Amino acid sequence: AGHGGAAGHGACAEGAGPPAPERVLFPPTFSVSEIKNKQRRHFMFLRWKQQQRKEKLAAKKKRRKEREALGDKAPPKAIPKTIENQRVYDETTVDPNDEEVAFDEATDEFAPYFNRQTVPKILITTSDRPRGRTVRFCEQLATVIPNSHVYYRRGLALKRIIPQCIARDFTDLIVINEDRKIPNGLVLSHLPDGPTAHFRMSSVRLRKEIKRKGKEPTEHVPEVILNNFTTRLGHSVGRMFASLFPHDPQFIGRQVATFHNQRDYIFFRFHRYIFKSEKKVGIQELGPRFTLKLRSLQKGTFDSKFGEYEWIHKRREMDTSRRKFHL
Amino acid sequence: SPQVVWSMLGNRQFCSYKMTTKTQNFCRNEYNLTGLCNRSSCPLANSQYATIREEKGRCYLYMKTIERAAFPRRLWERVLLNKNYEKALEQIDENLIYWPRFIRHKCKQRFTKITQYLIRIRKLTLKRQRKLVPLRRKIERRERRREEKALVAAQLDNAIEKELLERLKQDTYGDIYNFPIHAFDKALQQQDAESESESDAEREEEEDEDVDKREFVEAEDSDLSDFEDMDKLETSSEEEQEQEEEVEKKASLSKSKGKTPLKGPARRKRPYIEIEYEEETEPTTKTKAA
Repeated sequence: AGHGGAAGHGACAEGAGPPAPERVLFPPTFSVSEIKNKQRRHFMFLRWKQQQRKEKLAAKKKRRKEREALGDKAPPKAIPKTIENQRVYDETTVDPNDEEVAFDEATDEFAPYFNRQTVPKILITTSDRPRGRTVRFCEQLATVIPNSHVYYRRGLALKRIIPQCIARDFTDLIVINEDRKIPNGLVLSHLPDGPTAHFRMSSVRLRKEIKRKGKEPTEHVPEVILNNFTTRLGHSVGRMFASLFPHDPQFIGRQVATFHNQRDYIFFRFHRYIFKSEKKVGIQELGPRFTLKLRSLQKGTFDSKFGEYEWIHKRREMDTSRRKFHL
Repeated sequence: SPQVVWSMLGNRQFCSYKMTTKTQNFCRNEYNLTGLCNRSSCPLANSQYATIREEKGRCYLYMKTIERAAFPRRLWERVLLNKNYEKALEQIDENLIYWPRFIRHKCKQRFTKITQYLIRIRKLTLKRQRKLVPLRRKIERRERRREEKALVAAQLDNAIEKELLERLKQDTYGDIYNFPIHAFDKALQQQDAESESESDAEREEEEDEDVDKREFVEAEDSDLSDFEDMDKLETSSEEEQEQEEEVEKKASLSKSKGKTPLKGPARRKRPYIEIEYEEETEPTTKTKAA
């Protein structure tokens, strides 16, 4: 009622007089935002929106008819733009046939692992005074990664732990950093002077928090899937993860650990799979899950002050573009 | 005179250094020796006073005498104390010789306390320091949102399934899974048709059991290559064996929830089928009993 009555009032041309007409004609110079009255402006906006929707629907129908009419000669459907499509090309993307990369990988710190000279042995520990959640997470992580041991950190300095670990033949050290009772950081250090990667860890889910989980992970060596590690940096990080697990996965166990990199976030999942047929596989999630984001990669073992950093995430420089990813 | 000062500040009027609490009065003056608001420890109300203060890890003895009461700039005389604890105590003694007992005693006590906390500071700095990095809320929010979107975009389950199927195609699993390609399907279907009619009733029961007893079936697989082990396997696993038989026969129909593997060994088992058939009669007897 207010609209009909107010139609007589001033303001610029409002278009149709009767409320809710079939086809509203908005003159081209009219803009909904010029109406001062909020109620009317809202009403006008809704009508304008409805009209837009109708036009859009009509345009779609027309396009579809054209497409059908052309039949085979129709132009191919446009590929929608996704962030992955639009990703800024990273010059350090690894070409599978690149010799230089292959040579580098044959001579870097993981070469002994990939040549089967060393067997991975992992030490998992936390920061000082871990809370229950972190402790439980460490235990579950130890069940997921074979040949791993959890040790309670009693205020010991990492620099002193590392030589001892090397003496006892550990190949990797994982430190889970805790803040306010939740684990939020992960330092992964390959031991005999290997690179150290520092990650920020988020959305940690313990086994009991995962819905529809299966039974406990068994002792079988799981397979490893590394997805989407394309650049040089991604490659080295991927190799770091691969070197945590022993070489020969026991396919009997039908367990698979996945590190999936998407837009610089590495998602870790642990599943049990079963092949229902040649083309169908069922997976069931067991084991903890978490996501990592790489913060820095350092050349030697853990040394935050004097270490030589290969890569640090610098927010100002690296976060400028939404389409640029580093892993 | 100090008495007048105290009668004003201490009791009646306002002293800006005084802090009152329910049980005690404190004095916030930096030159105060004990920290309490007393007649004997007020630096304003005593014309002869001494304190110990530390600056950047070094302790100083501050002294105030009546002679300099008129010169505020030169009022407090400062003496640097020795780093050695005993020598510093001697220094205090020689500087405050003939001074009231109270001040001397309190000075030494204060000095002891200060050195103790300086030692503790030095020890703590040697241990690992926890560096507190402030979070920036906007950035945290942004990261969380991006992580969620990345999770949705990742479609993890699909990716994992695709990867596993790829590996199956490229034969990384070797002989464990020998899925019938269509040519085999038909050949097997005929044979399955025979066995199906026999084991119709038992199938439905066993399908459910298959899901739970998956792990037993896994163990089976490792042993299937050794047929001696198959025979050795006790009656407890006989049922699983039979179920496995049915499972394998059902493989081409791909109805089973259990594993569908091992056409190779299954075929090798053909000569042994007669043995199996004998065992198969057992469940029928059980069903009869039930």
